[in-house]
Amino acid sequence: MSPGLDAAPGIVAIAFVTVATLAIGTWGLRFSRTTSDFFVASRSVHPRLNASAIGGEYLSAASFLGVAGLVLLNGADMLWYPVGWTAGYLVLLVLVAAPLRRSGAYTLPDFAEARLGSRGVRAACSVLVVAIGWLYLLPQFQGAGLTLRSAVGAPTWLGPVIVGVVVLANVTSGGMRSITFVQAFQYWLKLTALLVPAAVLLVVWAGDSSPPASGAGGWSVPLASGGPSGLYVTYSLIIATFLGTMGLPHVVVRFYTNPDGRAARRTTLVVLVLLGLFYLLPPVYGALGRIYAPELAVSGRSDALVLELPRIMVDGLLGEVLTGLVTAGAFAAFLSTSSGLSIAVAGVLSQDVTGRSRRLGGVAAFRLAAVVAVTVPCVVALLAPNLGVARAVGLAFAMAAATFCPLLLLGIWWRGLTPYGAVAGLVVGGLTSAVAIAWTVGVADPDGWVDALMGQPAAWTVPLALATMVSVSLLTRDSVPAHADRFLVRLHTPETLELDRG
Amino acid sequence: MPRPWRRRHLGTEADRATFRTLHNASLAAPALRAGLTADSAERSIRHLHDLLGSPALALTDTAGLLAWHGSGQHHREQSAGLAAVTVEAGRTRVFDRSDLRCTVAGCEIRAAVVSPLVTEQRVVGTLQVFAAQPTAGLARAADEVALWVSAQLELAELDASRTRLMEAEVRAMRAQISPHFIYNSLGAIASFVRTDPDRARDLLTEFADFTRYSFRTHGEYTTLAEELRSVERYLLLEQARFGDRLRVTLRIAPEVLPVAVPFLCIQPLVENAVRHGLESAEGGGSISIVARDHDQECVIEVEDDGVGEDPDVVRRALAGDASLDSVGLGNVDGRLRTTFGDGYGLVVETAPGAGTRVTVRVPKFAPGVHA
Repeated sequence: MSPGLDAAPGIVAIAFVTVATLAIGTWGLRFSRTTSDFFVASRSVHPRLNASAIGGEYLSAASFLGVAGLVLLNGADMLWYPVGWTAGYLVLLVLVAAPLRRSGAYTLPDFAEARLGSRGVRAACSVLVVAIGWLYLLPQFQGAGLTLRSAVGAPTWLGPVIVGVVVLANVTSGGMRSITFVQAFQYWLKLTALLVPAAVLLVVWAGDSSPPASGAGGWSVPLASGGPSGLYVTYSLIIATFLGTMGLPHVVVRFYTNPDGRAARRTTLVVLVLLGLFYLLPPVYGALGRIYAPELAVSGRSDALVLELPRIMVDGLLGEVLTGLVTAGAFAAFLSTSSGLSIAVAGVLSQDVTGRSRRLGGVAAFRLAAVVAVTVPCVVALLAPNLGVARAVGLAFAMAAATFCPLLLLGIWWRGLTPYGAVAGLVVGGLTSAVAIAWTVGVADPDGWVDALMGQPAAWTVPLALATMVSVSLLTRDSVPAHADRFLVRLHTPETLELDRG
Repeated sequence: MPRPWRRRHLGTEADRATFRTLHNASLAAPALRAGLTADSAERSIRHLHDLLGSPALALTDTAGLLAWHGSGQHHREQSAGLAAVTVEAGRTRVFDRSDLRCTVAGCEIRAAVVSPLVTEQRVVGTLQVFAAQPTAGLARAADEVALWVSAQLELAELDASRTRLMEAEVRAMRAQISPHFIYNSLGAIASFVRTDPDRARDLLTEFADFTRYSFRTHGEYTTLAEELRSVERYLLLEQARFGDRLRVTLRIAPEVLPVAVPFLCIQPLVENAVRHGLESAEGGGSISIVARDHDQECVIEVEDDGVGEDPDVVRRALAGDASLDSVGLGNVDGRLRTTFGDGYGLVVETAPGAGTRVTVRVPKFAPGVHA
């Protein structure tokens, strides 16, 4: 595509989202916090608002672009991605949300330190937060390159650079993270940007006398191809997404905003509803793409499906407007998720690395950390091969599931966890995931059992990490922290109960 | 080759023995700084054992055994008796095999040197060294180690009394709602009883809630939401008295409301702002309280446009000069520092005639701090 008239809606949309994001990041404090009357303190963040904010931060390029592309390419099997990304919050709701809030921890390293009373475990967690954050940022930047190329025909390197610069400007100038309202708005923007075009496209499809997908058959049937390794990949994906959500650094910090454990549960419940609503839409694009744009799958540009489908199906001004809308939504998805992740990574870096330097003040340390947090994945995104947005995010989930999931589950539900056990489990889970990721990036054609095991590692790394954590804890039974029992009481008793929690 | 550089580098054999001794002592010290308990005894005794090199070592308090390290576990029951005799005597005692009856073959323990642990002229426990022979060298070593342990325990006592002092200050602050404030508030409420009974009733309820919070006895920490609610009640009562002369602005980011803060750490600052900043200024003035979210921290600013203060006076108040009027300032500063570390003290910006701004930074998470 050559940049010309075609590029106009895309350029307008991207410019609009970029300017709006920067403006809200800079002046947002004044918008959202005008002079208040008395008793503002009783007005904590409502679970509905907080849930929208979590949705806004969580729905990334993988959800917005990747799912539809995968469904187009590989069929109904891929619906496990959105199902898993939603159901992860079910596990979070049942097992983690309220105890995590009651622990008083802000970040995952905070939780590890509070539960196990060990700086060593905290350090291991900090390293993992940075690793998972970067792994998750990588596809966001790559997706931005894809969007820009698709929307305005810009070179692929431009997207990561623009998103990187905008995120950096935003994070260092004060951070849009702080404003729950802005993140909540992002969710509804993304939902609208996907819902309105989908409705129009469905009307067009119905008016076209509802043609079925070409070359149907196996495409819409789960597990039609792949045999036993296909089954393994599916189960492994389910484990990674169900258990990985609780280990995402930018999601966990949002739970701190809830006033108590009960509100944390309510928030999670609303998140489930909001995500369920959103994830109905990408498969619609996937199915319509199968009918109207099968050539995208053949040419290896399936991730661009959501961006190109409106123009393919609808001619004229309406098509252009719809294209602008999905482009804006996609760009909002990169910016909100990247900002949240960058702040989470920069927070850890500034606390545990640059903050140690005596020459840097608090603000300078955070800014330096933010530059590192954004630059590293940005550069890697320009150099590394493109795995496909959703698959790369899937690997980040697999790593979170193999490291933080055992730590959180055992830390919350088992008093026998020891610092040694936790570190051993984190190291095993982290290293096996890292090896699997390196293998997947390095090997060109995924084929056969070893590649299936490496490409979707959660089914073996999670049990391995869990077993390591339990067995090493049992071996070092003497070093169970003295406050473990009391801490578990804090985690599991509702706040309304009169109880000495000291 | 036995790496000769290393030998030169670390000094002679005697030097290295000294280093080992100092290192073992430094390992034992942190546990002992928590005072003499079963837990601290258990954690320090291994290092004390390394220090002395005897077959077995025990720590007791005045009542009984706290920890045992080394061989001859079957002598454990005897240590309470040895402790009682030593506490009675108040000085180091040597016991031989007639005191340590033993039927186990090959047991190395035939004698014991028991030294009292003394803090503030009071025997709080004993250090018991068990060996095959009660030599003079062993007695001397046991004595010296007991002295060193006693010194560590005295430091622990010092730490504890400093904490107790802080707690006493918080209690004092609770009881420190000034009589003037109570008198003035009730006076203001009384003036509304006839003209505006509804408002009078509301204010009385606020007054009751305010005093209940301030006199709360349990818990060292509270949430920022609770603390700000109390501040709002206080300001409401002050506004009833000052009317339009006191203008208040609150800008609170809802994200930071769940942060755990030391009990009564904002309210004294607001009281100071009202008293020093406004009462003396003609035509009243305004106060603003801002709480902002800075990722891992929360920043709270209390600002007034009153008469201001000489920075030197503030410096002395922060250093804890009790003769000054700014009672709360030094106390809040001290408690923030002990809770969150020295980087989290108060920051006061002021000058005569330029108003005052006090900034508090609080981390969202600190180990052991929860409301």
